[in-house]
Amino acid sequence: MAEEVVLLDFWPSLFGMRSRIALAEKGIKYEYKEEDLRNKSALLLQMNPVHKKIPVLIHNGKPVCESLIQVQYIDEVWHDKAPLLPSDPYQKATVRFWADYIDKKIYDLGSRVWKTKGEEQATAKKEFIESLKLIEKELGDKPYFGGESFGYVDVAFIPFYSWFYAYEKCGNFSIEAECPKLIAWAKRCMQKESVAKSLPDQQKVYDFILQMKKHFGIE
Amino acid sequence: MGEEVKVFGYWASPYSYRAELALKLKGVSYEYINEDIFGNKSDLLLKYNPVHKKVPVLLHNGKPIVESLVILEYIEETWKHNPYLPQDPYDKSTARFWIKFIDEKCFPTLWLAAWSAENEREKVTNEACEYLKTLESALNGKKFFGGETIGMVDIVASSVGYFIRVTQEIMGQNLLSADKFPQLFQWSEDFANCSIVKESLPPRDKLLPFVKGLIAKYQQDNAKA
Repeated sequence: MAEEVVLLDFWPSLFGMRSRIALAEKGIKYEYKEEDLRNKSALLLQMNPVHKKIPVLIHNGKPVCESLIQVQYIDEVWHDKAPLLPSDPYQKATVRFWADYIDKKIYDLGSRVWKTKGEEQATAKKEFIESLKLIEKELGDKPYFGGESFGYVDVAFIPFYSWFYAYEKCGNFSIEAECPKLIAWAKRCMQKESVAKSLPDQQKVYDFILQMKKHFGIE
Repeated sequence: MGEEVKVFGYWASPYSYRAELALKLKGVSYEYINEDIFGNKSDLLLKYNPVHKKVPVLLHNGKPIVESLVILEYIEETWKHNPYLPQDPYDKSTARFWIKFIDEKCFPTLWLAAWSAENEREKVTNEACEYLKTLESALNGKKFFGGETIGMVDIVASSVGYFIRVTQEIMGQNLLSADKFPQLFQWSEDFANCSIVKESLPPRDKLLPFVKGLIAKYQQDNAKA
């Protein structure tokens, strides 16, 4: 039976990257549709009427919205290959906790690093580095957050690596100097085809951020 | 084998309530520890939730689980009887979507509408009404979000159906009214009338003065900022 999988996405989206990686990990063939967020397609508005945001995963015509919900869905439907979430409920709770932390803290703080300046940016930078150090501590000496194998938290967090250069340039700091283990982990992930194919070039992301800053009038 | 289940919570917290209701729906006995979250958080709470230092914390055989939505998923996966999430992956993803919507948009905006300053209130209130409209559409003619019985979306929506309704009463607002949102209003009545919910909700007469005090504090802090 033919499976139809479509991903409505936007190339620099940290959230879209998660679903790209999950689909690639499972070896699922899908149609990637690039959205122009200034001119959203009728399909996007139809498939995500509540938020009108990407990414949207459309499986046999039915939409799944929100990146972490998509990753869990992909893991549950295509459960035979490359499991992303652990099967033990306690371990599952742990990975869900860290994915939530990434979304609620790291993402917000990172946004503030490139969107603000002066004292506000200095505070955001300090807190951003603290949050990276916390998650680096959680990684510990494991090759991946998932332990021996690439898992849910790895999928949730590795997209941020494509934005590291942009954060560093905007905030004038080095993430490698602050969190060397995190960079080592990221480079390890980048050796996986599913990740390398799904993340945009860091310079390209930085150029995009510069355009956004101009657009929002942030110097 | 003895299971040791504890909940570190706060009697008036809608987040804490979610964990307790879920355990009650599963018929799991637990020890409840009320934390003095506005005063002195216990050493145990800080030990079990060092990252956020918040309630609720579920302790299962000595292992902590934190964040109410993570706790709800854990309870569902650990005690598999009386399921409150659908089995089908697509239906599950839909439930998770509404849960996120309530938690990140609906509930926080409704709370903000209660205490925000005069000049902002109209804008926030309009936003809150839009969210209520959207939430009502999720009911889609069903008695509960979970269908015939309470599901995980209902558990999370208790923040709106009960706690916000109490808040509305204090502020003389009536956003979640029977004429504006008949289905949602009926749902909140049916939900609060379920015996297991009724006996576990914090009593209205205790909650009212507490929320009143909290709103006053928020308004004061907001005025200073």
